[in-house]
Formats: sequence, C-alpha cells, structure tokens
Amino acid sequence: MTTELLQVHNLKQYFPIKGGIFGRKINDVKAVDDITFAINEGETLSIVGESGCGKSTTGRAILRLDEPTSGEVTFDGEDLLSLNKKEMQKKRKDLQIIFQDPYASINPRQTVRQVLNEAMEIQNVLPKEERYDRMIELLETVGLGPDKLDRFPHEFSGGQRQRIGIARALAVDPKMIVCDESVSALDVSVQAQVLNLLQKLQKDLNLTYLFISHDLGVVRHISDRVLVMYLGKIVEIADKKSLFDNPKHPYTKTLLSAIPVPDPNAKKEQIVLKGDVPSPIDPPTGCRFHTRCPFATDRCKEEVPELRQNENLMGEQHQAACHYIEEIESGEMQPKY
Amino acid sequence: MAETSVKTQQAETKPPSPQLENMKKVYKKLKKNKTAMVGGILILFFIIVSIIGPVLTPFDPDAQDYTNRLASPNADNWFGTDHHGRDIFTRIIHGTSITLYIGFSSVLLGSVAGTVIGIVSGYYGKKIDAILMRSMDVLLAFPGILLALAIVSILGGSLQNVIIAVAVFSIPVFARIVRGSTLAVKKLEYVDAVRALGASDFRIIFRHILPNIMSPIIVQATLRMATAILAASGLSFLGLGAQPPTPEWGAILSQGRNYMWDDPHYALFPGLAIVVVVLAFNLFGDGLRDALDPKTKG
Repeated sequence: MTTELLQVHNLKQYFPIKGGIFGRKINDVKAVDDITFAINEGETLSIVGESGCGKSTTGRAILRLDEPTSGEVTFDGEDLLSLNKKEMQKKRKDLQIIFQDPYASINPRQTVRQVLNEAMEIQNVLPKEERYDRMIELLETVGLGPDKLDRFPHEFSGGQRQRIGIARALAVDPKMIVCDESVSALDVSVQAQVLNLLQKLQKDLNLTYLFISHDLGVVRHISDRVLVMYLGKIVEIADKKSLFDNPKHPYTKTLLSAIPVPDPNAKKEQIVLKGDVPSPIDPPTGCRFHTRCPFATDRCKEEVPELRQNENLMGEQHQAACHYIEEIESGEMQPKY
Repeated sequence: MAETSVKTQQAETKPPSPQLENMKKVYKKLKKNKTAMVGGILILFFIIVSIIGPVLTPFDPDAQDYTNRLASPNADNWFGTDHHGRDIFTRIIHGTSITLYIGFSSVLLGSVAGTVIGIVSGYYGKKIDAILMRSMDVLLAFPGILLALAIVSILGGSLQNVIIAVAVFSIPVFARIVRGSTLAVKKLEYVDAVRALGASDFRIIFRHILPNIMSPIIVQATLRMATAILAASGLSFLGLGAQPPTPEWGAILSQGRNYMWDDPHYALFPGLAIVVVVLAFNLFGDGLRDALDPKTKG
C-alpha cells in the first residue's frame, strides 16, 4: 500500500520582470506553469528536462525557498504554503535539500562539527550531550571518518563535501530529500559512489527523494518514476521502465535519443530538434512544444494538451501531454523533418 | 573510551581555521606591497605615539610661556611655540590621541550603523530596501563635510558632536557596500541550505552572511578613517569641533592661520601631521583592499 507523501497541485512559479522608471512589473518569467504531481512515500521521483525548464524551480518552490506564485503543496497531509514562517521553520525538519555545487553549499567558515551541530541545534533534534555521538554516526553513515569532524570545507574534495551536505540534511531526520542536481558537479566515479550512498540511505532510513537532474543515465539508475518537464510544464510522467522503453511524448523521445550509447558502431536514430527552447517569458500557445515538434498540427498551436493516459498503449501510471499519442504510435502521423 | 581518544587526537591535530590561514595569506600579500607597509608602519607609529607620547614629552601642552612666544623651531621646541608660548611639538603629540579617537569612534559608529542598514536592506529587499536605500541616497547627495557641518551646527560644537556628525556621513558609504555584498552572499547555496534547515533570519544574518562580508567592511573602515580624520580636523578648523585650548590638530592649524606669514611653522606642523596620518590610512587601506582581493596574486 503506497501513500502519497507529497502532493503538488497546480503549482505556478512566476518571476516578475521589472522595468521602467518606477519598477513596474512588465512581464513574468513563467518558470513553472501549473504543474500537478505526487510522490509516494519511499520512492524516488526524478524530474528531468533541459536547462531552464523549471526543474530546480519546482524543487525550490516545494521547499518554499522561493515563494510559489500559486498552487498547493501538501506534505504529509499538511498544506505547506498555508503555514506561517514559524510553523514552516519547524516543518523544514522533515523536508531537506542537497544542492548541486558542493563548493558553494557549505559555509567556508564553519567546520564540519559546526555545520552538523547547527543543523541539530536549529531543529532541536537532540540534547547537547548526545550530539557528538550523533555527529560521528552521521559521518560514518555518509562514509567519512570521525577525524574529519573538525575540518573545514576547503580541506575536502568535491565528493567529500557532497557527503557533508548529505550528512547535514540527514542530521535532522528528514522524511523527504530534494536532490537538486546533487551529483551533476561530481566526476563520474564519485557520482556513482554518491548515488549508491543515496540509494543505501533510502533503503535504511525509508527516505523519499525528489531527484532533479538533466543526466538521463543517472536518472535511469536511481529513479522509480520519472517526470519530464519542458518549458515549465509536465510533458510526460511514468514509471522508469515505461518511460525509457516506451516513451509517448515526442519530446521525451527526442530526449531519450540523445543518450549516448557506449558502442561506437551502434546505429541509433537520433532526433535532432530545430531551433532553441522558446522564452519562458512568452511561451508558445497551445502545446509549448509545438514550435519544435516534428508532428505539430494547427490543433497543437491552439489547444493545450492535458496529461492523459491511453489504456491500450500505456501502463497504469503512465501519462503524457500530447494530442496525438495514438496517431503517432500507429504510424498514422509521420514526422515532418 | 574510544570516543575520548578520538577527541584528544582531534585536539592535537586541529587544522588551522580558514580565517587564520586567510589572514596569513593577506599578510604575505600586504608585506610585498611597500606603500601599504609604509602606511601600516606609520599608523602603528601614530598609535604608539598617542599612547606613550604624552608621557615622554618634556612640556605641558597647556603651559604658557609668554617670554617664549612664537619661537621658531629650535633644539628645545622642535616645532617652535605658538602665540601663548606653548610647545607645538608637545601639543601635536597630545593631539594624536584625540585625532585617532575621533577617527576610530566615528568610523566604528558609522560602520556599525551602516552595516546594520546595509544588511537589513540587502537581506529583506523589496520595500524595506527601497526606503532605506533612498534615505541613504539623500545623505549621499550632500557633500560629506557640508552634511557634517549641518549636523554639528544643529547639535552644537563639541568633540562628541563632531564624532556623531562624521559617523552620520559615513553611514551611507558602509550601507551601500554592505548591501551589495549581502545581496551576493545571500544567493549562495549555503545560505539556502541553512534556510532549508529552518534557521531564523537572525541566525542567517549573523552566522552566515556577516562573517563572509567582513573584508570589504574592514577595507572601507580603514579608508574611511582618513576621511573621518580629515573631516573632523576640518570641523575643528572651522571652530565647530574641539574647542581651544584642546590640542586638536585642526584647531591648532586654525589658530596658526593668523600667523601664517610671519611664523609659518605654527600652521605648518599641525598641517603636516594631518597630511601624514591621512596619507598613512589611505595607503594602508589601498594595500589592504588589494591584499584582501582574492583575484590579485600574492
């Protein structure tokens, strides 16, 4: 029996663009535009998409690091956006984040001890006397020795710093962790170590992850379900297997075709899109992908496709936002290259 | 048991803190910069003089000797005497502590107030930012000395009021610098990380932002010392600051002005003292700025 730990409803995050003499609002960057999804307890949901599609913004909005413009974020049965500042500070104990840049995510003037102690102090996790043992335990959990406790961030490598970041997040016993491109800045061998650590922690501590990444290889490794975003909208959401083996949205297909294959002789059809991602200030009408989609019709320019599921073609949890899932699948529609 | 052994081991092999290491690096860079070192040594010299100087001087700064009025520099009176026959050298030595006191306290007041305004403005942003920074712009719009003059004329001329006036006109400079640095630091991920942990604004500001914006504040404070000393002397010169017979340099200079043609030494030496101390702080401040800038190679 799976329970939904986090539900996101109609989340919108617009960033105002100000200009003119009086700093009036001219327009908005529609970074995240009306997305709805849920994460089950204990699972890993990945958000993928190219730069600027709103994946990180979604993570930050859920944590209220940026106040969302509108929508509802229900965590563990409580609407986070309706909490006041004090209540939210308490609630943050259950919801942690691990950042992308291990060099920027730790205060350069604090030792590991201070970093971990501060986390526990803020949330009042343990009485003072017991904190030392807990710190040693945390370091052990993330694979660092107790001798590292009094060291400063500049004495560590990127991978070690990321482990400290993980230890800091774990220090308050969270239920869910948002991993915002958490392994993107690490080199591949260290990436694997950190990913394995994250998976082990998930199993041991029953954590739920919202994993934000642009690296499809990493996503394939760690996810239970995958959510694909394009220009602030969800284009497809499915369990990992369906998404990678049976993508339905033309954008997802393009994205997957870009995964490099470790075989120089492999012939693989690569779909190359024309043009750039349109501006999120004035996103295209209708389906946001229509300007670059090889299947686009006039209907796509006007009608916004909803996330939907076709029982014959797709798995139970598989949804895609395209008007022509069936037609493309049957070959009735051919790409116009 | 095992735990205690770990603890003692840590105490022994405690690595140097980044602050300490950073300070060493800054000092190394500073040592290579000759003009900055000259400035630094001069500042040190003035500080030492202000502490032990008054004990060593043979004369009383206020002792009048009408048989020896307006004497030119000689073996007894190195800088000559003034129109009351007081030894100018002694008076300048005694004035050093007053000058440094005015400089330090006004810069301290100004930098603390400016830092608070700058951090609040940069951290909270929006309306608070707009209101605070526009009022800082108002202060900045006045030429510094004119503003100080206005404040002193409202409060009345005294040493204390000069300090307040000079502090007030230093506030906007600090506020602007601190606001800019705050904006930069507040966007860093570690600030987001502690915010995500549920830290209060107070903790974020004092534990995470302030320690990381100290270097521009320190540089500005050093440079501001020069401006503050100059402004305070200027006010005393105009008769609005330290009142005679206080041996304040600006005040001595002001009195010496009346005898400029016949006895130039009277105005020359207090003037020189002001020039040297201001130059020292400027040189040292400039050097400090270069040394604290991580982009310059040491």
